[in-house]
Amino acid sequence: MRNTLIIAGRELRGYFATPVATVFIVIFLVLQGALTFNLGQFFDRGQADLNPFFTFIPWVFLLLIPAITMRLWAEERRLGTIELLLTLPITQGQAVVGKFLAAWAFCAIALALTFPFIIAVNILGSPDNGVIATGYLGSLLIAGAFLSVGAAMSAVTRNQVIAFVLAVAVCFVFAVASNAIVNDFLSKNTPALAAFTRRLAIVDRFTDFTRGIISLRDVIYFASFIGFFLFLNTVLVDQRKAD
Amino acid sequence: MASSQQADAPAPLIRIEGLTKRFGSFTAVDDVSFDVKRGEVLGFLGPNGAGKSTTMRMLAGFMIPTAGTARIDGHDVQADGVAARKVLGFLPEGAPTYPEMAVEAFLRFCAKIRGFSGSELTDRVDHALNLTTLRGVRLQPVETLSKGFKRRVGLAQALLHDPPVLVLDEPTDGLDPNQKHEVRGLIERMAPDKAIVISTHILEEVDAVCTRAIIIARGKVVADATPRELQGRHESGKLEEVFRGLTRDAA
Repeated sequence: MRNTLIIAGRELRGYFATPVATVFIVIFLVLQGALTFNLGQFFDRGQADLNPFFTFIPWVFLLLIPAITMRLWAEERRLGTIELLLTLPITQGQAVVGKFLAAWAFCAIALALTFPFIIAVNILGSPDNGVIATGYLGSLLIAGAFLSVGAAMSAVTRNQVIAFVLAVAVCFVFAVASNAIVNDFLSKNTPALAAFTRRLAIVDRFTDFTRGIISLRDVIYFASFIGFFLFLNTVLVDQRKAD
Repeated sequence: MASSQQADAPAPLIRIEGLTKRFGSFTAVDDVSFDVKRGEVLGFLGPNGAGKSTTMRMLAGFMIPTAGTARIDGHDVQADGVAARKVLGFLPEGAPTYPEMAVEAFLRFCAKIRGFSGSELTDRVDHALNLTTLRGVRLQPVETLSKGFKRRVGLAQALLHDPPVLVLDEPTDGLDPNQKHEVRGLIERMAPDKAIVISTHILEEVDAVCTRAIIIARGKVVADATPRELQGRHESGKLEEVFRGLTRDAA
């Protein structure tokens, strides 16, 4: 645990030592703001809640989170520092989880910086702050899920562009699995598969959170999703570290 | 302590047995076996692509061997990797370091991972900075340093915890003559209570610091002797001639 946190600490400082942090946070806030106010009609709806904000979160994350994760392992391999990191007396699992936790903490910081939205709705009306809190929890979980996918994809290749594209593609599959177009098609042709993909769909799980529901099933879903991809990440690092 | 046990039972600190690495049909390292005892400085020589770095990577537990085992102080580097890496100081090829980190911050990170904390951590880092004469640049990000300084940062990281086993892949590459001299002096001073493996292209270095030399060509050990014995194998008495004679046919 100690080693995991030391690695996470180094990684997190790394984000702020490079322009990655500034660029990511600024773009995230601008994008999230523009989408919420314009497409989401934050003011015109006349309702004091953050639903427009949360509607766009998965899609903004889908684009931006792979940009964080693409460098996680690909960069270590390009610089050769993976050889240094993995010959320190740590397990590969500690390195994988450490990197993941740092990226997750970074996303939490970016999310926390959207606090003006909360202040705004509280000034304009009297929103249900409990629902807002569960919405943020859901956002953090969806960030974690996408991060775990992206980190694993970054371990596949030393090319950051490939890591980015793979991560977006895999996250996209999980994001649209419950989409009407995909589901109608599957229901007509292979009903068994349709039920399966609905269970795997990430955005449906997230929607529960934005309605103020924290169900054990959803929490277990996110935990096993992240756990699975972190495990995959460890296996990939082990197999491909020296390639 | 491992060191006190070692004194009564002189088991080698490094034991490599039948180490083999294949990439597809290409055999990079072919059935390499050797031991390194405390007090030995082993010069690991060979032409480019002979399998030096691959062997060192397997010894450090970074690369998984196709066959064979490597043990450091009795710990198998694959099965018991964390224990093996605790007693190992490893300088990877090219001395990679995190470019955005300052020298001291980087060394503090390594020291923390190595289990040091508080004043001991500070002492260790200070000591390593002094040994490698990096004190003057300790607050500079690694990416702003010249090649020789980067190499010394990698070296400082390997020496931080005063490990009984040192595996250094080209420790003097990119250093100027003065720095080379300093690093050689450093290795000589540490030699009596450590097992050290260094790979190098500089044959005079072998003569200067190594108690033993292994020449590897096409993944196979072609010579394993003291530098003096090797010199005796050619009428000119030059290590360079011996090296060329042994590795030219293989290349």
